Amino acid sequence: MTTHSSATGGRTVPAAPSPAAPTSTGSPATRLLGIASLVGVAVLVALGLWLTPDDVVQGDAVRILYIHVPSATMAYTGCFLTTLGSAIFLWKRSKWWELVAYASAELAAVFTAVTLATGMLWGRPTWGVFWVWDARLTSTAMLFLLLLGYLAVRRLPADYTVRAKRAAIVGLLLFPNVLIVRQSVEWWRTLHQEASLFNNGLGATIEGLMLFGLFFGFVVFGLIFAWLLIHRFRLAWLEEKVAGQGLHAAIAERRAEAGLDPAPPPTPAPSRPGAPTDQTRA
Amino acid sequence: MWRDALLVAGKDLRLEWRSRVALNQVVPFAMLVLIVFAFALDPDRGVLERATPGLYWVAVLFSGLLALQRSFTIEAVDGNRDSLRLSGLDPAGIFLGKAMAVGVQLLVLEVLLGIGVALLYTTQFRGWALLVATVVVATAGIAAAGTLYGVLAAGLRVRETLLPLLLLPVLAPVLIGSTRAFEAALADAPADGWPWIGLLAVFAVLYTVAGVLGFGPLLEES
Repeated sequence: MTTHSSATGGRTVPAAPSPAAPTSTGSPATRLLGIASLVGVAVLVALGLWLTPDDVVQGDAVRILYIHVPSATMAYTGCFLTTLGSAIFLWKRSKWWELVAYASAELAAVFTAVTLATGMLWGRPTWGVFWVWDARLTSTAMLFLLLLGYLAVRRLPADYTVRAKRAAIVGLLLFPNVLIVRQSVEWWRTLHQEASLFNNGLGATIEGLMLFGLFFGFVVFGLIFAWLLIHRFRLAWLEEKVAGQGLHAAIAERRAEAGLDPAPPPTPAPSRPGAPTDQTRA
Repeated sequence: MWRDALLVAGKDLRLEWRSRVALNQVVPFAMLVLIVFAFALDPDRGVLERATPGLYWVAVLFSGLLALQRSFTIEAVDGNRDSLRLSGLDPAGIFLGKAMAVGVQLLVLEVLLGIGVALLYTTQFRGWALLVATVVVATAGIAAAGTLYGVLAAGLRVRETLLPLLLLPVLAPVLIGSTRAFEAALADAPADGWPWIGLLAVFAVLYTVAGVLGFGPLLEES
């Protein structure tokens, strides 16, 4: 065991954590998944930019559809997984599901941001403005803010138990909130104007290679989502482990500094007056 | 449960009555919001009067946030949270009591803000039944959701910044619903407003149930 002479707080990773300590979050299965998603992205780019025809009405602007619609779907999927994971965590105290909820909330936030950004890029040539107060746009923006709220709670500077439980309550309410906000925003807009712009623009007329492109987009984005989710989950798992081990490591370090025997770190020996052991709490 | 709720609500309201913080700070802040809107918008061309429903409810939300923060600040000092937990009171009762206390304060605030918009924005109130129903149901929703999210943010160093971020998106349906219902009432078309009351009622019931069920686990930790 190495002893660092410069006493640093916080993130000291112990020299020999455990024999089976992973050095990356990858595994053969995820590498395969990653390769499949990257190949899929390449094919989707070719499909979206070259192989599919222009839209009669929208021209080239329609091509953003192949990433916009799948990312919106993934955003809602992630949101649903967050609520599911939070519910199971509160019910069974399963840390595994808590981390699934956290990881999918982050991904949902990313995909919601992608949805909003691509939607605005599409709106500019189609409607002439980046933003209209359409029901879908507004409720997607609210979904993004709700997800940021969940992530803010989950990343609180507090104990894991506090963070996890509070975030789980927020996560549990996330999907119901999304539904209520969606419904209210829809009523709010439809009382003032006719049905959503999407209903009479796209949807009914899509067919052939364009339909295949969109379907392929769902598959590719599903793969990307699964790939990122697995990695993010493993990273979160390791983060929690390091946070747990940081304290042990710091205690061992302080003991070594004070000239005590650094050998038995797990037994919580009564702290000596000369060795401050409680400084790792940031 | 209800006896505990009344005890907690009574305690909170007595505290507010004696400390006068709500009266001396939150109410003036609410009035200030009304005046700030007049600065921001054109006060002479009837814009304020036309926008009254929205401005009124935004003012309610902002000053209500202050009342909510206050409701949990008084529990933060002297380990009050622990004593509340050790008191043997039913957690559901504590939730309902705190929500009731916040609700009563919000109702007082809403009445004062109503007088404020009537005087400052020269708004003519009509459709009283719908107005009163909106105020009651929306207040129940804000108080229930606010108390639930308030305890989530309570006891943390970042609570002042966290609560608005958590609560305002959640309260968006309440803002939409109550504003539309008020618009309908003021436009003398109450039939348009009643469906919104339904939405507000669903919201209030959902959050009351969530709070009654979820408050126990939340009080236990930290």
